[in-house]
Amino acid sequence: MSEHTIIRFEQVTKQYDDDPAVLDNVSFEIERGKFYTLLGPSGCGKTTILRLIAGFMEPSEGKIYFNGKMINNVPANERQVNTVFQDYALFPHLNVFENVAFGLRIKKMKNAVIGEKVKEALRFVNLDGYEAREIREMSGGQRQRVAIARAIVNEPEVILLDEPLSALDLKLRTEMQYELRELQRRLGITFIFVTHDQEEALAMSDEIFVLNKGKIQQSGTPTDIYDEPINRFVADFIGESNIIPGKMIKDFLVEFDGKQFECVDQGFDPNEPIEIVIRPEDLEITGREQGKLQVRVDSQLFRGVHYEICCYDAEGNEWLVHSTKKATVGDEIGLYFDPEAIHVMRFGETEEEFDKRLEAYDEGSHGQ
Amino acid sequence: MDNKTRNIYLIPYVLWIVLFVIAPVLLVLYYSFFNVEGQFTFENYEKFFTPVYLKMTVSSFWYAFLITAFSLLIAYPTAYLLTRTKHKQLWLLLIILPSWINLLLKAYAFLGIFGTYGPANALLEVFGIGTQQILFTDFSFVFVSVYIFIPFMILPIFNSLEELNPSFIDAARDLGASAWTTFRRVVFPLTLDGVKSGCQAVFIPALSLFMITRLIAGNRVITLGTAIEQHFLVTQDWGMGSTIAVFLIIAMAIIMILTGNRK
Repeated sequence: MSEHTIIRFEQVTKQYDDDPAVLDNVSFEIERGKFYTLLGPSGCGKTTILRLIAGFMEPSEGKIYFNGKMINNVPANERQVNTVFQDYALFPHLNVFENVAFGLRIKKMKNAVIGEKVKEALRFVNLDGYEAREIREMSGGQRQRVAIARAIVNEPEVILLDEPLSALDLKLRTEMQYELRELQRRLGITFIFVTHDQEEALAMSDEIFVLNKGKIQQSGTPTDIYDEPINRFVADFIGESNIIPGKMIKDFLVEFDGKQFECVDQGFDPNEPIEIVIRPEDLEITGREQGKLQVRVDSQLFRGVHYEICCYDAEGNEWLVHSTKKATVGDEIGLYFDPEAIHVMRFGETEEEFDKRLEAYDEGSHGQ
Repeated sequence: MDNKTRNIYLIPYVLWIVLFVIAPVLLVLYYSFFNVEGQFTFENYEKFFTPVYLKMTVSSFWYAFLITAFSLLIAYPTAYLLTRTKHKQLWLLLIILPSWINLLLKAYAFLGIFGTYGPANALLEVFGIGTQQILFTDFSFVFVSVYIFIPFMILPIFNSLEELNPSFIDAARDLGASAWTTFRRVVFPLTLDGVKSGCQAVFIPALSLFMITRLIAGNRVITLGTAIEQHFLVTQDWGMGSTIAVFLIIAMAIIMILTGNRK
């Protein structure tokens, strides 16, 4: 464990009665000062991890460490973390000032100190001068900021954010994404952010943990996860993707759609069945003959930034293309892509094996 | 729906209110200005401010306060535990159930329980304390009243606890509050509306109790309710009875305003 580690989960399982585990033997480390995102569909266990860190529940098995100390049995009010709740959970009987001051009052700070700290926290979230407002007079976005101010004013080591942007409209949400990221950089506190919105996760995080069915599927930087998804679930959940079954003929040569293509992946068994991923934006529309693949345009949607074009090849595989160029429905077109655009996924590979394979061929390429 | 049809639907409600609420109150007010001989007079009001009636008023308020306070003291923790039990609706039903039984029957049941040869005294015998006079004491009066009123205190508190967003409790704990501080600074203030309506539902009827004062307290506790009953049924001084009733109505209105929701 490095000195940067602030939170460590060691084979943590959370289970109710005989139901399938909400969290299944999960281990990970969180480093100080970074922005982490727990990403996954509802019921994947992301909120459970948050509640375990906050101390609202105890793990059924395994150990949770905070700053090197096991905190399994430490009650929530004695933990150095603060939470921004999904519904904000601002106390309706207290005004903005008293909501933010709540934690400080419990620490029995002097009134003058409290006044100063609350003012500073509110300035941090751009809510100067809102001290005397009642919570019900605040808009969704403002409540969100109060909730953040209430958390940061306590100067915790870690802030937990449970889908805090889900109740906001799109424009405000994008704005708050920038603000949150900016805030995290200025404060230098560890943020652990829970969301089911992959765009949000990609835009804000230093590290993303993709979760499904109580297990961490993959962890890494946003680009790692986007460019090199470990399996079908991750590829499908993060962004749009074309996932096609195929066969790895040998290193750097993959077969799908009845043809062989040059690629950059290696370390597979000869003729191993695999799945390949090509992102829709990596596909380029060309004339039928210039394309590496020949497809027929089935439908087209204008998405503003690009056209979303749905095509089918002769084998019946669906190909999704994002292009700024328009296509004509019913046309036979060609699709061109670079060898780097193909990402090959092994069936049932764990994150550890995946990392080892990637490392191995990093070394391999250095050797060349 | 336009205004006309809405007004038609309002007719039964308005009729009911006029016939059974407004008219009786006006009648009471009217009667309060007549003496036993049927002459118009203010002497009833003068009489109300004599020590006899003022003492009755004070004791009415005192007992109503005691009943409300004890009900609250027992009802809040009970309601709190109820929200945490597995079959809360069933438990709630069991608590409400006795309130469906006629008040008089329950009062008579307590006559048996608290009587000299009743189970309460039998129990005291077992503990070697010996037979005590339980009936016709302040204790038995307050005890039975609390027993009768407590469902009306538990229900609104239970409801407000149920409505309380559990993430408020998480939030308070998260911000460093101990269980007790969480209760004192978050749970209780946010369920205050339930407490207020519970207190209203107990205090106001407790002010005008008369049957229990007579059966359980053996007329040793004389409240305004008892006085009204006596004037109407025994002394036939409807004027004086009405005057006391007027003061009770005013007192109730004041309590409603004081404990009403400001928001």
